[in-house]
Amino acid sequence: MQSSLAVAPNRAESTLDSERVFDLRTSTVRELNQKLHSLSEDTNEKFWRVENPRGRHAIAVGLDLPISVTINGHVGYYCAGMNKRADVTVQGNAGVGVAENIVSGRVHVRGDVSQSAGATGIGGNLIIDGNASARCGISMKGVNILVKGSVGHMSAFMAQAGTLTVLGDAGEALGDSIYEARLYVRGSVASLGADCMEKEMRDEHKAQLFKELESAGIAGEVDVSSFRRYGSARQLYHFHIDNISSY
Amino acid sequence: MNEHFRIPRTVPRKSATFDDASIAEIRRAAATGIYDIRGAGAKRRVPNFDDLLFLGASISRYPLEGYREKCGTEVVLGTRFAKKPIELKIPVTIAGMSFGSLSGPAKEALGRGASAVGTSTTTGDGGMTPEERGHSDILVYQYLPSRYGMNPDDLRKADAIEVVIGQGAKPGGGGMLLGQKISPRVAQMRTLPEGIDQRSACRHPDWTGPDDLEIKIEELREITDWQKPIYVKVGASRPYYDTALAVKSGADVVVVDGMQGGTAATQEVFIEHVGIPTLAAIRQSVRALQELGQHRKVQLIVSGGIRSGADVAKALALGADAVAIGTAALIAIGDNDPALEAEYQKLGTTAGAYDDWHEGRDPAGITTQEPELMQRLDPVRAGQQLANYLSVLTMETQIIARACGKSHIHNLEPEDLVALTVESAAMAGVPLAGTDWIPGVEGR
Repeated sequence: MQSSLAVAPNRAESTLDSERVFDLRTSTVRELNQKLHSLSEDTNEKFWRVENPRGRHAIAVGLDLPISVTINGHVGYYCAGMNKRADVTVQGNAGVGVAENIVSGRVHVRGDVSQSAGATGIGGNLIIDGNASARCGISMKGVNILVKGSVGHMSAFMAQAGTLTVLGDAGEALGDSIYEARLYVRGSVASLGADCMEKEMRDEHKAQLFKELESAGIAGEVDVSSFRRYGSARQLYHFHIDNISSY
Repeated sequence: MNEHFRIPRTVPRKSATFDDASIAEIRRAAATGIYDIRGAGAKRRVPNFDDLLFLGASISRYPLEGYREKCGTEVVLGTRFAKKPIELKIPVTIAGMSFGSLSGPAKEALGRGASAVGTSTTTGDGGMTPEERGHSDILVYQYLPSRYGMNPDDLRKADAIEVVIGQGAKPGGGGMLLGQKISPRVAQMRTLPEGIDQRSACRHPDWTGPDDLEIKIEELREITDWQKPIYVKVGASRPYYDTALAVKSGADVVVVDGMQGGTAATQEVFIEHVGIPTLAAIRQSVRALQELGQHRKVQLIVSGGIRSGADVAKALALGADAVAIGTAALIAIGDNDPALEAEYQKLGTTAGAYDDWHEGRDPAGITTQEPELMQRLDPVRAGQQLANYLSVLTMETQIIARACGKSHIHNLEPEDLVALTVESAAMAGVPLAGTDWIPGVEGR
């Protein structure tokens, strides 16, 4: 298959480096990922644009360089999976498991996302401008997720570490079986899951939340006092027969 | 009446239904209000490899010379899609067991032993340790529902990736590691608070069903640039369908683990009553592969209760490409050693029966995170013991293969086998010994 790799000069946002363009209408996801994986640590090809993603899966997965990738359109499952250091922006919606197991760097989705966004992520930032479906932040292990819209049911299920910030509402069973992750929700919470409870919003939490809002570029627009904090009641850390009705 | 006459009395008779073990369990449950948890696999007797016999050579088939003619044992795994398939020198691999459930020295011993004879080891539900990677020439990295310790760097350091759907001891169950074993290092690797009871998820967090699995495998291949073989491991329950779906999802290798396969910690009721025996699973998996034209192209690894070269040879004759051992490997490095009987007695058990691996008090230093217990295990000596045992398994497999006239262990076939019981004949799809009857096969 013919590669569509081409230089697109004179773009305003690419003042230091030329932006590289990859068209998935004429190239494969394999070619795209292989190219991004093969870049050297000191590459000057730092800005990439992907056109015509057309819902394809596994776009820009396993990146491990401080490069910027903008995807113009909707993506399928696992976009930016296991991302490390890279800055990936999706100018559209994302399918299941966007930025799953993200290690570091930043993934920004301009639209809505499907289930399991940021699942098991161990670091970095995931920012979703729209809504997230069920199980957002499931088993998260340190990632910081910020959703400007609402999140679906079972979000932050078994969440171990990191933060989930929701400017809208949260669905049923938020934070079920949560460990030490922190959840900040501005809107309503349909219900809390097992062992998840509302907690006091102290100054340290307001400072942390401010930082999360800052990293999403909305620190001045949203008041940290309008959020409520949820976390683990730590009652189910050791299995006890008296808690059987919680399961 | 004769004063010496006595009415005959019946002897005390215990119930076959309410036997000693059943009564003890009822009493334990009544006292505690909680189910029993233990390690290891099913202990009940189920149809197994002992129910099969090889026919050996006869007038129609001639044997190979035991000490003179070559009988190959090498196995290549991952030839379907992976750019770098794994080449094993022997058909026996080490099954997935986590750092956390096992001590660091135990994992090191497994790596040393396996590497010495040219085979692989496998991580478990706790991530990859540098020691394990360092001592294992060929390391399979498990991709589990919990994703504890999962990261792309270790994924790329692995020689293969095993997507774990389930295991034989508990098809449908998640991992379990109780607080006694969540040491600071284990907690850090799993991003958990120290000392809590860890009960892992039983389903993957970002996919459900075979269509999703296909996309998940595609993602893992993309992250690793299609270099690594990708295994799919299932607990034996519906092996025909699970094998077919694993193939459909793009697996290079299918691992089927029977109910005798061990676990670090699971409810007794789960271990003994969910899943099917290893013997019952193999032909079903092989049939799925054959119908899809993928037998020997997608490799099949079978595990659960493998003890001897005879077991290995029987699994291969039924169509497996390799086997994996877990419990037997632990025994080889010192688990349940009679020399520790006095200490087992203190724990209320006896050598050969010790299965409270979840309590972390293993006197052999294998299933523990206690520093003073762990240091009892010399990983160099234990690794040599494992290497010896793996060599014996391989030689025993060759002895049987040569007796059947095979120049490679993969040339063993179902026609080399007969069964001792109707049940095993039906499960293995081989004739009842002395007959040409295969129960369940039309016209036989």
